[in-house]
Amino acid sequence: MQNILKQETMALAGDQAVAYAVKQSDVDVVAAYPITPQTIIVEKFSEYVADGEVETEFVCVESEHSAMAASISASVTGARAFTATASAGLALMHEMLFVASGCRAPVVMAIANRALSAPLNIHGDHSDSMAQRDSGWIQLYAENAQEAYDSIIQAFRIAENLDVLLPVMVGLDGFTLSHTLENVETLPDEAVKKFVGVRKFSNVLTHEGKTAPFRLDPANPMTMGPIALQNYYFEFKRQQEEAMTNALAVIQQVNDQYAKISGRSYGNGLIEAYRLEDAEVAAICLGSTAGTIKTVVDDLRQEGVKAGLLRLRTFRPLPVEAIRSALTNVKAVAVMDKCMSFGGNGGPVFHEVRHLLYDVPSRPYVLNYIYGLGGRDTSPVELRSIYENLQHILQTGHVEKPIQYLGLRG
Amino acid sequence: MTKQYKTWKEIAPAGVCSKSSIEFLTGDWKTYTPVRDPEKCTRCLLCALFCPDGAIHWHPDKADIEFDYSFCKGCGICANQCPTTAITMKLEQE
Amino acid sequence: MTTQEWKFTAKDIAEKSDLFLAGHRACAGCGPATVFRLIMKATRGPTIVTEATGCMEVVSSIYPYTSWAVPWLHTAFETSASNASGIEAALKIMKKKCRLNHEHVDVIAFAGDGGTYDIGIQALSGAVERGHDFLFVLYDNEAYMNTGIQRSGGTPHGAATTTSPAGKAIPGKLRYKKPIAEIMVAHEMPYVATASPYYWKDLIQKVRKGLEVEGPAFLHVFAPCPRGWRSNAAKSIEYAKLAVETCVFPVWESINGQCQLSTPSKLIALAPQKKKAVADYLQGQGRFRHMFKPQNKKLLEEVQRITDKRWERLLKKCG
Repeated sequence: MQNILKQETMALAGDQAVAYAVKQSDVDVVAAYPITPQTIIVEKFSEYVADGEVETEFVCVESEHSAMAASISASVTGARAFTATASAGLALMHEMLFVASGCRAPVVMAIANRALSAPLNIHGDHSDSMAQRDSGWIQLYAENAQEAYDSIIQAFRIAENLDVLLPVMVGLDGFTLSHTLENVETLPDEAVKKFVGVRKFSNVLTHEGKTAPFRLDPANPMTMGPIALQNYYFEFKRQQEEAMTNALAVIQQVNDQYAKISGRSYGNGLIEAYRLEDAEVAAICLGSTAGTIKTVVDDLRQEGVKAGLLRLRTFRPLPVEAIRSALTNVKAVAVMDKCMSFGGNGGPVFHEVRHLLYDVPSRPYVLNYIYGLGGRDTSPVELRSIYENLQHILQTGHVEKPIQYLGLRG
Repeated sequence: MTKQYKTWKEIAPAGVCSKSSIEFLTGDWKTYTPVRDPEKCTRCLLCALFCPDGAIHWHPDKADIEFDYSFCKGCGICANQCPTTAITMKLEQE
Repeated sequence: MTTQEWKFTAKDIAEKSDLFLAGHRACAGCGPATVFRLIMKATRGPTIVTEATGCMEVVSSIYPYTSWAVPWLHTAFETSASNASGIEAALKIMKKKCRLNHEHVDVIAFAGDGGTYDIGIQALSGAVERGHDFLFVLYDNEAYMNTGIQRSGGTPHGAATTTSPAGKAIPGKLRYKKPIAEIMVAHEMPYVATASPYYWKDLIQKVRKGLEVEGPAFLHVFAPCPRGWRSNAAKSIEYAKLAVETCVFPVWESINGQCQLSTPSKLIALAPQKKKAVADYLQGQGRFRHMFKPQNKKLLEEVQRITDKRWERLLKKCG
């Protein structure tokens, strides 16, 4: 049993907290390209580099596509690699994200979640990372700057776990978290360095008939990223899915191990259930909105409403069992999407939650609220109206509109 | 010819190749075969250098050239480049 | 030892083990395959290779087979130079942190003309501007061959490709071959060179020089493709010679911005009567066949004109 360490309280905005976590995590290569609202991460980090405070190769690449290419190639050479982006930058990397997970490169990336163009919008929503949910990356979403800091550190452990070896993206809401100051408890440098450890490598059989550490090393030549035809491609994809399944347990383990030194745990690492045990009506959301909803839930509870909140901290791999279990007694669920899936009958989180509830013996009402696109603010009053609607549905037994927009004019 | 392909559990991740291409004999691609006249050959080794497939070897112990027909694709570059026309391309008889 | 000190004969090269192995699936008579074999003979120690999507990438890495006896990475089409950047950065920091078991590792990035002139140029330009220590090799077969012979920025004037066919209204590609090596010289980089596989010794020496340079080096290698050029597979190396003799593809180097002709082209500069007419090079290649029709005479003249113009420009630069 480790003792919880003494930590330093620092006033950090989300971006700065991420940069600080990267600083402490003995990262070898950071590929940097600016895009609002992530830019402060790379700016802050470059200050550490310029002041000689980190031993990191800082590569100012000429586009996000190259940022991901350089991160992947550095990672498979044996380096611990990190990059950050948002919105259009993440979209530009799209092709390479699939390559990262296909190459089993444990790259860690911070996403300051921001809306996709067109029209151009620099503010926060989840359309950027949701568009990448099929790419084979583990996706974690932070509720606050503290969690962003903690999750980045945990991300290296999760990604580099030999049963996983998948890249991890940590989302923090653009501006709401990236640019807002909070008190963040930070661990001592040595503790973080010890927690992330030195990167280990699995052993693979190469074409020379030797078993060697899985990295580019002239001592043990191996070929990575070949062309795999119809006879083999499918099998490689199945391997990635297995790694995702393994990640469910690993994310929980890392969350627990981190809790031992920090005193902080995010639910079980996969989901955070807030006042859900006896809740009849609940909302499901990702990211910072959870903070506001918790205050709304507290108010409703004071009024005798059995309200609760389920925050998905991990979106990929989708924590199917954990979600089903958390919603056991809930009768009406509002799934909140800070993203649209055009022509898709609701938003992505709605799709996935409704789908995983299909097989449960007693299905709750499941509704969708699309909100907050392009950084549109959402007030407690608006959030409260969701719960009022859920209660109304339980009373009448009837759902008028399964999919609604919150805060949209017209 | 049926092949036994490996399952997803048996192969290395990330497509790490498990066999060297020297196990894949491309020699059956050729229609024409290079035939060298050792009398005309000056062992200049241009054929060995220019062969796209590395199918012409210099053996220092024998001080002579050897064609590896299991990889030769019969392109004819060796014959075309030989300064003494010591190599001719002959139609393969099946 | 440096290139100045390394004296080698054909036998020395022939005795060196191939690091680009036989059994690859390149076409019979593939110019790039010869280029790759020769380049890999010029390595001087531990080497990591990265490659863009293209003919040579595909033919050398059909799972489970690989033709690479060195560590090798492919990720995407644009990324030869950005991969090299990441690998080089990783090697640098791992050495600093005492996690590298080698004194020095050379990084070679290969790409075809598609992956260099067009989709790869951003990453190449960026990597060179950042000064990464690597050698970028462009193997130029003058079209997107792997996808079926489509025109690229490196396709020369008049060539017929599947996206610039010689049709009734438009006789092949009317745009000109992008002067990629000159563009790289304009980056003020330490070493830029052009080479032809016929002049194998010159090619190998240039590879060595590129590897020895501390910082980025760019090598543009002419690599005839019989399939795409609709030429005789046996003549790939012959065309690599003719291209130099007609000054369609002169061989030269730029060392810290100082241009100098390499011997094969220098001999022509000194004895201009040795310069062959471009028609000698163009004929026999199916992609230029339409240019020999009487109605396309102007096209032929234009190729001669642009070849002469660029040759004169090069002569001026080389002093």
